[in-house]
Amino acid sequence: MPSSAVSVEALEKMRIVAKAPRGQRIREAMVNAGVYILLVAVSLPIVVMYTWLFISSISKRTLFGFIPRGLTWNNWRFLWGEIVIGARAYTSIWPVTLNTFLFAGGVMVLVVVVSTLSGFALSRFQFRGRSQLMQMTMLLHAFPGVTLLIAIFYILYTISKVPLIGPIFGLNSIWGVVLVKAALEIPMSSWIVKGFFDDIPWDIEWAAYVDGCSRFQAWRKVILPVVRPGIAAIAIFSFLAGWSEFLYLFTFIFDQKNYTLSLFVKQAIGDFKFVDYGLLTASALFYMIPPLLFFIFTQKALLRVSFGGIKG
Amino acid sequence: MKDQAIAVKGLVREETRLFHLTKAFRDFFSYAPFLGPFLCLVVLFFFIPVILTTGLAFTGMDSKLEWDFVGLQNFRKLLIDPLVPKIAKNTIIYVFFTCLFFNVGLGFILALLTTYYVKRENVGLLFRSIWLLPRMTPSVVYGLLWLWFLDPSEGGMVNQVLQVFNQPTQSWLARSPMAVIILVNGFVGASFGMVIFSAAIKAIPTDYIWAARVDGASDFDIVRRIIVPLLKWPIMFTTIWQTLSLLSSYEYILILTDGGPFYKSEVWALHAYHRAFKVLSFGEGASVAFVLVVVGVGVCLIMWKLFGFERLMQPSKIEV
Repeated sequence: MPSSAVSVEALEKMRIVAKAPRGQRIREAMVNAGVYILLVAVSLPIVVMYTWLFISSISKRTLFGFIPRGLTWNNWRFLWGEIVIGARAYTSIWPVTLNTFLFAGGVMVLVVVVSTLSGFALSRFQFRGRSQLMQMTMLLHAFPGVTLLIAIFYILYTISKVPLIGPIFGLNSIWGVVLVKAALEIPMSSWIVKGFFDDIPWDIEWAAYVDGCSRFQAWRKVILPVVRPGIAAIAIFSFLAGWSEFLYLFTFIFDQKNYTLSLFVKQAIGDFKFVDYGLLTASALFYMIPPLLFFIFTQKALLRVSFGGIKG
Repeated sequence: MKDQAIAVKGLVREETRLFHLTKAFRDFFSYAPFLGPFLCLVVLFFFIPVILTTGLAFTGMDSKLEWDFVGLQNFRKLLIDPLVPKIAKNTIIYVFFTCLFFNVGLGFILALLTTYYVKRENVGLLFRSIWLLPRMTPSVVYGLLWLWFLDPSEGGMVNQVLQVFNQPTQSWLARSPMAVIILVNGFVGASFGMVIFSAAIKAIPTDYIWAARVDGASDFDIVRRIIVPLLKWPIMFTTIWQTLSLLSSYEYILILTDGGPFYKSEVWALHAYHRAFKVLSFGEGASVAFVLVVVGVGVCLIMWKLFGFERLMQPSKIEV
């Protein structure tokens, strides 16, 4: 409950509000206990699952998910050795990890660059169709991108036929999927960046124009430094979104050499499902390290600035 | 002196005329680098795909990736296919129950419990963090966790618990796949509602609650008469947004059951995916997706008209 300046308890102490009769206090204590029991019961599956993720990665087997039976580092052997999944052999997991880094990094760079540019335009420029564009931006975010997968497949296929840029940005390539993923993140990010720019007082920018800057120079030298923390937030979010991406990569990438960690784990699940949980959880945990780090460090901040740039 | 002034005035006026004539032209070049990349990407990966999906729905494109227009044949096939009504039913059940019980229902309960009933801020924060964890997890990892939880062998968590009570092990994924996908998506979806409702509850002026307590209202009264009415707008917003989101989500279903066993947990969006990428008949897949695109655009328009642009921006705003 939001804290008020004077609490009920403090006022009770001052005897301004009479203490509730014993019956009601007992009932309230019971309700309180019930609330805690309910919360714990409902949250229990999640706690159990994630505890298992950690414990199973270093155990041969587990009991009830959190009691290890035989500790071992063997599950992590993929870090230093070859691993065979079904008929395919991975010489090492590190190229796959690199692919994931490149993908997430690519998404991050593209989203940051494009949304800082367009966010500025949405915030500052007066042009015909401005409000329509803003509304469209929000609607694009609401629109389910995954329904367009088939058409995007065809678009990437068409791109891969184009002579020079085809192999880089077409089907079966990391960079092609970077374009897709970034395109889907950009409406929301632009909106958030627009919000940051809106908060900057006009005076700073006006001073830059008076000194002879063009729009672009003003943007680059004066405005951007001020919104750096916001840009950093967008960068982190889009990096994580790229890191966690699965469906588009699964649909558009076929060669094992272009796989990212999400596809690697999916393949491992396919072959080792129900058989070798140790290996599975170790590789899943390895894959999950960046999102996990982010989660741990920003727990509190996350819950204040909720999804969609809505300040909680 | 006066001549000079008149000459200068003439020069300025002429400059001004030319200035205005070329304004639109210069504006374009000034705006282009800013909006250009954005528009390019959005057109390429949103608008063109919508048009393409519509076009592809009327072709019989298969793995050869050639355009051969077959008119309404795909849609006719959909109407007579015995699988389609079953998939539609699955989709409606899935969206309805997940949205009602988990995304909105459980989200509301979690928000209420952690922001109102639990008096200590840290404990509430802890539980909200726990429920945010599934949303922050990559989908394959989250799928793995549930695969273990519902493992049909003795290794699975639920089965281990059952064995303690001497019950036989069950093959959950095979036995009740719909319940499984509702659970799995629900546990992730609940955090959306939870965050929005928490923000809304926290925005309620303390005075209201304080005054009610002084008047002798119990917690339940406060919930019923103050909190719920004030949360009407966030609840409505979340319901519609999540309905749209669930109608078109299939990533977790793909990872866990892949629509199985034998289409028992196949939903509409997943079916479009399967027709295109498993069976490799892109035309048919596009026709299935086209229905979804129409619904998606329709719901978006409804949201727009119903809620207006400004309200869409602040789902947790309390109108007091």
